[in-house]
Order: sequence, then C-alpha cells, then structure tokens
Amino acid sequence: MDLIRMKNVKKKYRNGVTAIYDLDLKIKKGEFVFVIGSTGCGKSTLIKMLYREEKPTSGQIIVGGLDVGKLRNSKVYKLRRKLGVVFQDFKLLPKKTVYENVAFSLEIFGLPKDEIYSKVVKVLDLVGLKNKAKHYPNQLSGGEQQRVAIARAIVNGPKLLICDEPTGNLDEVTSMEIMNVLDAINKMGTTIIMVTHDTEIVNKMKKRVILLDAGRVLKDYKEGTYTHEGI
Amino acid sequence: MKAFRILSRNIRDSFQSVFRNFSLSLASISCITITLLVVSISMILSVNVNNFASLVEKDVTIVTFLDSDISEEKIKVVEQEIRRLNNVESITFQSKDEITKEMKESSDTFKAIMDEWSEDENPLQDTYLVKVEDINKIASTAKKIKAIDGVDIIKYGEGMVEQLVAVFDVVRKICLGMVVALIVVTAFLISNTIKITIFSRKREIEIMRLVGASNLNIKIPFIFEGLFLGVIGSIIPIIATIYGYTVLFENFNGQLFSPFIKLVEPQPFIFLLSLVLVVIGILVGMFGSWRAVKKYLKI
Repeated sequence: MDLIRMKNVKKKYRNGVTAIYDLDLKIKKGEFVFVIGSTGCGKSTLIKMLYREEKPTSGQIIVGGLDVGKLRNSKVYKLRRKLGVVFQDFKLLPKKTVYENVAFSLEIFGLPKDEIYSKVVKVLDLVGLKNKAKHYPNQLSGGEQQRVAIARAIVNGPKLLICDEPTGNLDEVTSMEIMNVLDAINKMGTTIIMVTHDTEIVNKMKKRVILLDAGRVLKDYKEGTYTHEGI
Repeated sequence: MKAFRILSRNIRDSFQSVFRNFSLSLASISCITITLLVVSISMILSVNVNNFASLVEKDVTIVTFLDSDISEEKIKVVEQEIRRLNNVESITFQSKDEITKEMKESSDTFKAIMDEWSEDENPLQDTYLVKVEDINKIASTAKKIKAIDGVDIIKYGEGMVEQLVAVFDVVRKICLGMVVALIVVTAFLISNTIKITIFSRKREIEIMRLVGASNLNIKIPFIFEGLFLGVIGSIIPIIATIYGYTVLFENFNGQLFSPFIKLVEPQPFIFLLSLVLVVIGILVGMFGSWRAVKKYLKI
C-alpha cells in the first residue's frame, strides 16, 4: 500500500521560480527513501510539500490518506500529528528540558501523565538519551540534540518520518550513529524520507534513492550503491 | 477530562514560561506596572473630584418662603403639593419660631433686636427646605414650587448653581475621558511590548505548529501568560494604592485644604480600585498576548 502518492505535482513560487515540474512519486509503507540532488534541485520543496509547509501549485499529494494540497492552514495540525519531521538545525525549544521537548508533542493530545511518561522514557531509551532527560538542549552535543529531535518526531508513533538533512551539522561518526537510530526506527515499521547531501551515508545504507535534478526525478534506484557524478 | 488536562498543562506551561523568559517578562511586567500606577492616580483624582462635586450638589437647597399670613392647614397643603413634584428628594419644614430661636442663639446682636419684637409682628416667614434629585432640573422645579398657591418667594442661588453644575459636568467628562484614554493607550502599549517579547519566540510557535499543535493549542498558553503578566504587573500598583491612599487620607484628616473639600473614605474605595486595577491588568495582558500571537499564526 502506498503511504505517499504524488501525481503531476508542480510547484511554482510567487517569485516565478519553478521548483518542481510534473512530479510523479509513490512511496510504500515501511520504505526508507533517500532524496538527493544538487542544491536548488527542488528536494527541499518536495519534502516541504509533504508536511504542508508549502502547497503544490497543481497536482495531487496524498499522505496517509490526507489530501495535503487541499488542507486549510487551520487544519494543518491534523497532518502534522500523523508524521514527524527532523531538521538539520534540530529545532528544539531552548527553554524546555529534553523530557519536556519530547513530551510536548504528546501533551497537546491531552494524554494522561503516566502514559506520557512511559512513552517518553521508552523513546529516549531508544535514542540512547535516557540519562539526559533533565538537561536543556544547550547542554547537549549536536548529535545528542538531533537524537532528541528524532525522539520528539517519533514519540507519538507516526507512520512517516521526514528528515531534512539530519546529519548536515554533524561529523562522520555522529552521523552514522544517527543513521543507526533512523535505521532502527525504520525496521520498527516507520516509513522514512531523508534528504541528504552525504553520498557516503547513502552508499553505506543501500536503500532506495531518488535523484532529483532541476525539479524532475532523474533516477530512481531501487536499492544499492549510488555513484552519480557531480553531487 | 482530556480538555481539562490540556487546559491545566497550558496554564502550567504559561506559568513556567513567565519565569523561564524572565528578562522578557520583566519588560512587559514593568510596562504594566507603570501604566497601572498612572491609571490608579488618575482614577483617585477623578473619583475624588466626582465625590466633591456630588457633595456640593447635594448641599444645594431650594429655600421656599411661605406667605406671612398663611394658615396651618394651608401649610400642609403646600407640603403635599411640593412632595407631588417628581424631582423632589426631601423636604423639611422650619417654622418662623424655630428660625427666630436659632437666630437668637447664633448671636447676641440678633437676640437684642429680636427680643423687642412682639409675638404678632415677627417679620420672618415659615419656610420649606427642598432638596432635589437631579440638580440639572433645579430651575424648572423651583419654578413649579413658586407657582404653588401660598408660596411667597424662593431662593436657591440662581445663576451660581447653574454655573457650578456646568463646571462640574465638564470636569467629570474630562476625568472620565482621561481615564478611558489612558486605559486604551495602556492596552496598546502593553500589547506592543508583549509583541516584541513574543517576536523572540516566533521559533517556539513555529515548532509548536510543527509537532501538531492546533492554533488554539498555541494561543491559549500565550493568553494565559498575558494573564499572569497582568496579575504580577498589578501587584505594585495595588500596594501603592492601598498604602498610599490610606496614608494620604490620614495625613489630611480626610479633607483637602478646607473642611469643604472632603476626600473619599479609603474603605471600601481602595479595595474596589485594586480590583479594577487587577482586572485592567489581566484584560490588557490577555489582549496584548492574543494580538501578538495572532500575528505569528497562519490562520
């Protein structure tokens, strides 16, 4: 079954730049997909449309049964609760502790306190930060902050995890640690879409790779190594 | 139950946020404090002016002199007719004997002169002292009393009273206008201060949206935060009002310059004023936060 279906999607920004031309894409449940391409190829626009930060100019995007293009601004939260997003710059709340940052996305659902506690502890354990629950983000290393962000993104058990260059700010060793965490999450059944520049990671992971170029899908490798020149 | 949990979390979060963003909160709080102090002072002034004005107005009396040869029955009839007028608040009768006695007691000169009068040739007249409900209509009421059969002449300080009423009316309107203008200005001033402090939390709102908070989810903690800021900001003005006004009242013995200008009793006035201050603080704080956060929400 397809978790994401994009049909004839086109995105033209108000300043006249067209970022995506006529894109067709299907992503199945449980897949791990890399989206790669040179700067300005439209990969950021592509995933921004998936979590409805941007609206497609034309075409249809279905994410987990929701027609994303037709979603009103005031209803965006319904989509956001079905997926998790991880960014290069972590986007943690600096005035909240690790625990509070992760618990936050459960509290807005109105879950009981003990249920929140057990879920947060479980997910912090999964990313290996159980003993740092009371720290504030600025007391953590970059890799640790990113793991907090991942924990926050998956704590309510989303079907889809969107990662926008999650290793962009991290060194090689830390990046691989993050990838191991993401791989573990994927093996538990969560679909992952990850935008990256890091060819080494892509080659090591041997997953599906979508190569974008100038707003179009240039290649869609089923799995395996990827050695495209010029990126 | 679920809604209650969400609400209580919102309240907790906003309380936390006041203290974790303390330097920013302090800006809003001090802004509220200063403006509420000014509001308090202007309200004390306007309430006292108002009080003074109504005391003076209450003192205005229509003195109704009755015909010298009026009979006992006729006096009763006149009273009933005056009472029937709708602007009359109270009426007191003073017979000429009472007035004579009063005047004799008040000075020896009067006594010397009046003692020579015989019982029949007392030149004074029986009077009714009439107080009115609405001082603005005193002229027409006086006219109606004058028209009653058995009434000789009336006196109420014609001309002077009308001027006084006009002046007080203007002063009252100016006071009210000032207080209202001050509150409106305060609201926008505070709202802008909060807006600036929330600007630095634009990122927070963005993240809240990202993890699936609905617009209401985002707005409520900020509105509660405004409420807390308002309550905290009104603490100093309330203490200053209660303490300051009590001291002022005691120092002046409840009057300003002369016994004629009486200050309003501190109780319950200061507590009512405190209540007004905290309510203004809360409303203005909530309004400011709501206006500020609205700007950063995509609706």
